Amino acid sequence: MATRQGQALGRLAVAPAVAALAAWSIVPLALAIYYAFLHYQLDNPDNTFFAGWSNFYYFVTDPFFAKDLFNTVALVLLVLAITIAGGVLLAILLDRPMWGQGIVRVMVISPFFIMPTVSALVWKNLMMHPVYGFFAHVWRAFGLTPVDWFASIPLLSVGIIVGWQWLPFATLILLTALQSLDLEQKDAAQMDGAGTVDFFRHITLPHLMRPITVVILIETIFLLNVFAEIKVTSVGGLAGNLTYLVFSQLNDANDVGEAAAGGLIAVVLANLVSAFLVRIVGRNLEA
Amino acid sequence: MGSIQLKGVRKDFGTVAVIKGVDLDIKDGEFVVFVGPSGCGKSTLLRLIAGLEDATGGQVLIDGKDVTEVGPSERGLAMVFQSYALYPHMSVRKNIAFPLMMAKTPKDQIDAKVAKAAATLNLGDYLDRRPGQLSGGQRQRVAIGRAIVRDPTAFLFDEPLSNLDAALRVQMRVEIGELHGQLKKTMIYVTHDQVEAMTMADKIVVLDKGAVAQVGSPLTLYNKPDNLFVARFIGSPTMNVLSGAAAAKRGAASIGVRPEHVDVSTTAGEWKAKVRLAEHLGSDTFVHADVEGAGQMTVRREGEAALHAGDTIYLTPQEPRVHRFDAAGLRVA
Repeated sequence: MATRQGQALGRLAVAPAVAALAAWSIVPLALAIYYAFLHYQLDNPDNTFFAGWSNFYYFVTDPFFAKDLFNTVALVLLVLAITIAGGVLLAILLDRPMWGQGIVRVMVISPFFIMPTVSALVWKNLMMHPVYGFFAHVWRAFGLTPVDWFASIPLLSVGIIVGWQWLPFATLILLTALQSLDLEQKDAAQMDGAGTVDFFRHITLPHLMRPITVVILIETIFLLNVFAEIKVTSVGGLAGNLTYLVFSQLNDANDVGEAAAGGLIAVVLANLVSAFLVRIVGRNLEA
Repeated sequence: MGSIQLKGVRKDFGTVAVIKGVDLDIKDGEFVVFVGPSGCGKSTLLRLIAGLEDATGGQVLIDGKDVTEVGPSERGLAMVFQSYALYPHMSVRKNIAFPLMMAKTPKDQIDAKVAKAAATLNLGDYLDRRPGQLSGGQRQRVAIGRAIVRDPTAFLFDEPLSNLDAALRVQMRVEIGELHGQLKKTMIYVTHDQVEAMTMADKIVVLDKGAVAQVGSPLTLYNKPDNLFVARFIGSPTMNVLSGAAAAKRGAASIGVRPEHVDVSTTAGEWKAKVRLAEHLGSDTFVHADVEGAGQMTVRREGEAALHAGDTIYLTPQEPRVHRFDAAGLRVA
């Protein structure tokens, strides 16, 4: 495609795909912007009129907004902590040659293939249920009072569920990075007298810094929009995030305008965070 | 002190014997080269000495002390790897200081030792760079610097020059030779390149399929190869080996003649041959010839010999330089 003719042809050939993609993303965004400036409630659709910035004002001053904004950030950080700490640990374990390695690796990856709603249901009813749950049995086995997970520590509970789902992703990326560690570096470190802990601190961890930043970037973008786990475990009122707040404006309050405004605010926040992260990661990858 | 002894060292990987019982005596301050074709076990032998592999049998002794069960960092050896194995996220300074940091050396001593090593290796200007910003030769020097600061009893080199281009290889070869003269430490050097072996070694150990084929000084190996394997491996171009009538006449199963030990005549000689290809290098001419009844031979003529493909020549070996081997490939005295 080096010639001018080839470039023109190339542009023509990708035009339909570009057009479809543009329509796909721009049309919903344009509609959201349109609705965000309307007073439009499904309870009374006849009374629809242009409302200026009031929808944004009501969303931001909603008693849940500050709390849910905090929850959004807290949930992202919590899941990142779980997946990166756990991912590094699992990757190091899986990197060692062992019997049944292939099967173990597939099993470790499998949570990633489970639908969020399904895994949230399984965790809610089989693991964290205060009466029948697995954890409740464990607690009772030790003579302790079972924890009522979603009532007493809702944010942590959701964090554990989402962390469990994203752990395979982090593990997979970190494992492939570990396997690219030069074997002669291990030998050299051994000759230099580095023990297991020194080796991890001075060789393994610096080697994993790049993949860790990639994991942070990708996971953050997805984790800002966690919804299914919050909805299924019914902790929206206690540990809801911005995505859930948008949903409740639409579903519980039937307020399309304010939901659209909230959605736009969430979009702007997500873009700010990702632009910031991309810049950090980009710098990290160049070095 | 830095004498190293191997006593019946064996290494098996499963049922495959990689090192089949090696006995070896390396004196303090010697430059010993392990040489052999790929897969002969020379790197494995080096790793056994380093402690990076566990021996299946036998003993490794350093200064008379059995270190077979001792970990690699406690053997007092330093190793330079083929890929240099520098730590990519650390500066040159930290790379060189790393073994000292692991040994919990006080900071001022580390700084002094790093500065000294950097001065020895001309690395002063590069101490704050990362390995990725250095050329191959510089990386090689950093790897050597990391070995020097530990003040080891012996240095181990695992094919350290094979990733460098030809010109740099010659230069680094000289530098390592000079370093040996300066430090007067025992060095064990692994290579598949017999030129490196011949030029650097006090003592060459030729390995063949996990066993020692011959140990000796470079010229001993050149002049008195113990067997056909060593005879063929040492010397370039490789030795001509003939069997049949020419060998029977000299009372051997096969005879070997080096290309430089064959006289060429256009009128008369022992073997009549036809030139297949003449390689003119200026300083030498390599003549590949088909000998009637004896197959192919390579002959080396000094200078610019006026020989060309298709010429008929007569070849005569220089009788005192003919090596005789028995049916098992061992030298006949």
